[in-house]
Amino acid sequence: MDLNFTAEYQDFRAEVRGFLDAHKHEAPKMSNAGLRGKKRLKWQRILLEHGYAARTLPKQYGGFGAAPDALKQRIIAEEFSRAKVPGGLSGQGINMLVPTLLELGTEEQKQAYIAKTLSGEMIWCQGYSEPGAGSDLAALRTSAVVDGDDFVINGQKIWTSTANQADMIFCLVRTEPDAPKHHGISYLLFSMDTPGIEVRPLMTMTGRAEFNEVFFTDVRVPTSQIVGERGEGWMVANATLTHERGMLGDPDAALSRLQSIAEIMQNEHVDGKSLMDNAVYRDRLVALEAEVYAMKFNGMRLTTATSAKKSAGMAGMIVKLQGCELNHRLAELAIDVMGEYGILFEDSPFLRDDGMWQTLYMFDLGLIIGGGSAQIQKNIISERGLGMPREPKVNKA
Amino acid sequence: MYFGLSEDQTMLQDSVGRFLETASELELVRGFAEGDAALASNLQHGLMELGVPLVLVPEEYGGLGMGVLEAALIQEAMGRHVAPTSFTAAYAMAVIGLREAGSEQQKSDWLGQIAGGQTLMGVGVTEAIGGREGAGLTLDGDKLSGRASFVLGADLATHFMLTTGAELVIVARDATGLSETALTTIDKTRNVLNLDLDGVACEVLHGDGKTGVARMIDVGRVLLAADSLGAANMMLEKAVDYSKDREQFNRPIGSFQAVKHMCAEMAAKLEPCRSLVWYAAYAQDHVDDEAALVSCLAKSHLAEVGKYIARTSTEVHGGMGFTDLLGLHYWFKRIGANRQLLGGPEAVREEAAKLQGWA
Ligand SMILES: Cc1cc2nc3c(=O)[nH]c(=O)nc-3n(C[C@H](O)[C@H](O)[C@H](O)COP(=O)(O)OP(=O)(O)OC[C@H]3O[C@@H](n4cnc5c(N)ncnc54)[C@H](O)[C@@H]3O)c2cc1C
Repeated sequence: MDLNFTAEYQDFRAEVRGFLDAHKHEAPKMSNAGLRGKKRLKWQRILLEHGYAARTLPKQYGGFGAAPDALKQRIIAEEFSRAKVPGGLSGQGINMLVPTLLELGTEEQKQAYIAKTLSGEMIWCQGYSEPGAGSDLAALRTSAVVDGDDFVINGQKIWTSTANQADMIFCLVRTEPDAPKHHGISYLLFSMDTPGIEVRPLMTMTGRAEFNEVFFTDVRVPTSQIVGERGEGWMVANATLTHERGMLGDPDAALSRLQSIAEIMQNEHVDGKSLMDNAVYRDRLVALEAEVYAMKFNGMRLTTATSAKKSAGMAGMIVKLQGCELNHRLAELAIDVMGEYGILFEDSPFLRDDGMWQTLYMFDLGLIIGGGSAQIQKNIISERGLGMPREPKVNKA
Repeated sequence: MYFGLSEDQTMLQDSVGRFLETASELELVRGFAEGDAALASNLQHGLMELGVPLVLVPEEYGGLGMGVLEAALIQEAMGRHVAPTSFTAAYAMAVIGLREAGSEQQKSDWLGQIAGGQTLMGVGVTEAIGGREGAGLTLDGDKLSGRASFVLGADLATHFMLTTGAELVIVARDATGLSETALTTIDKTRNVLNLDLDGVACEVLHGDGKTGVARMIDVGRVLLAADSLGAANMMLEKAVDYSKDREQFNRPIGSFQAVKHMCAEMAAKLEPCRSLVWYAAYAQDHVDDEAALVSCLAKSHLAEVGKYIARTSTEVHGGMGFTDLLGLHYWFKRIGANRQLLGGPEAVREEAAKLQGWA
């Protein structure tokens, strides 16, 4: 255990701070809203140029080409969070597709997609879930049949986030209907402008259309648009899912939520008394603080393991489950301490923090369900982490 | 930055663990709980041979001069094996008290004797956290009077380190005017007692007793958290093992999702606790401005997670978990006692709030 940073890392931290001092004024607001906002795209360009986005990705694909260094990555995240400046763009294209292409894409695919995705020019959506295939993703039925040089795709996707804004989709389809379910799937990339695609936004409980239904009718996609081999899509998708889980449950987010709630409790008054004077709320705050610290140190342990190229085992496996749950409970406390004001929403007078806490409280529930539900996480932790016996298979007669 | 254990630290913990696996096996613990006092002195003897009790004693007084992290790793192994030892009180809290508030002469006298094995100190600081039943001590010249309750580490103690709040004092166990009342608690793996003092001769530590007591409590809490971490980890492992063996409805109960999810939840809550305890222990020596806060957070959080695991693991074991036969209850009760000692979770969280100017 040695939490001191060597001179190299202290210098690096100073460098990041210097960058932030010089460029902070160019940064957009913290929220990730407005995927195509001019300010966001410009900020992304600045970050890419200085190595604060896509830091370790190869130069030839638009990255910065630095050697992987989990500690530097950590320092960047800490300093950006401290300065309350948003980091590089994130989203399913950057976080899931790009790593997958780097690992399994052809040279043409890397050339065509990675740089444009990193710059924020090309937005992707993830076409996995279907009405009949959620947790049991491998049950998906959208079909792709080869006709000449094309796949012809028919079927439906659902819960597809950002499909209404996306340029492209990475999509799982069934190409081998007679193969066992995990072996009949392929992973395709295609434009959302391809004829035969219809996107219908789905309003969510937050009042926004955060995801969509996507319908495919005789959509023709060249066979060269496959990642990996035919029938290997399940393996390709699993590579991506690992990346998705890595981006959920971030301990920095929990820490900054905790700080905001402490501020609310100090500043809000009921009958002239600060909410921090209420022992019950205060106890809940400190109980959550202990959990936030535990997750923060768990994150540091993961950073060290990643630096040493070691698996962190259980410490990594629990992050999505615990992290999302913790964030959700933080939002819950923020709402509770605000009393009646906690239910104000949208553009109401007296709205606190732009109504962010109710939105977070709802959206977090979406994150608990999406990307492998809490229950599926527990299946994974118990079966793969603790070595408990698998569920016996049920064969439908 | 390196957040993890060094090879030496892992080896230290493993060697204590290996020793305790046989030296503190369940049948021996059961014997101790039923009144056979020999185990405590056998363990004490064996641990002294390994040299581990002296981790926190500085080298110049004959100790190993290591840190609170090493002490926490040792205590975790003790919790894992519900070992009847006085380590937290005698070798961590008392040593820290002397280091913080002893004069040079007092340090060399007492730490030397602790290292030599002639002296072992029980510790009574409960009233510095919160006094009940009118307990508390007052000093008149060098005579100490009043009551110290829930004194820890008393089994083999030759002396006690007690506090008036402002001072730290040492009294000999056989001093005139000192009487002991044994307390019976749920946890039979460690004994606690009350001391009543009537003008007992004592030695007052010359340094800042108030800071000394505060540091003792910080370190004591970290070690109780480490003890619960070890005990809870063992309870999780026992639940998982049992669920693979025990069959109902022609299948191992561990293949039922309800059982799997209980175990997954235990693991998910427990794993981050390990990093919290490591950091809290490390901070005691290296991060002054956070030491007290993270000690409170570790103590209160392990109290909650420990309690959750104690009950859930027991449930996974079905009726067997509820029996004396299996002995799971020794872990259950150890965790239950750790939760209340040196401040229950609400009290400790209130201290954490005060430390941050929130209360
Ligand atoms: C905000 C949000 C964004 C999303 N974005 C996308 C996207 O961009 N692209 C995409 O493809 N998908 C997306 N999804 C879909 C998401 O991946 C699925 O919702 C998720 O996998 C669960 O599937 P389901 O909704 O069909 O629920 P179901 O699988 O029907 O689950 C319903 C309930 O049953 C439980 N359950 C199911 N199977 C088991 C089991 N084996 N053991 C125990 N419990 C079980 C679940 O935990 C859940 O509680 C998104 C979802 C949300 C909420």
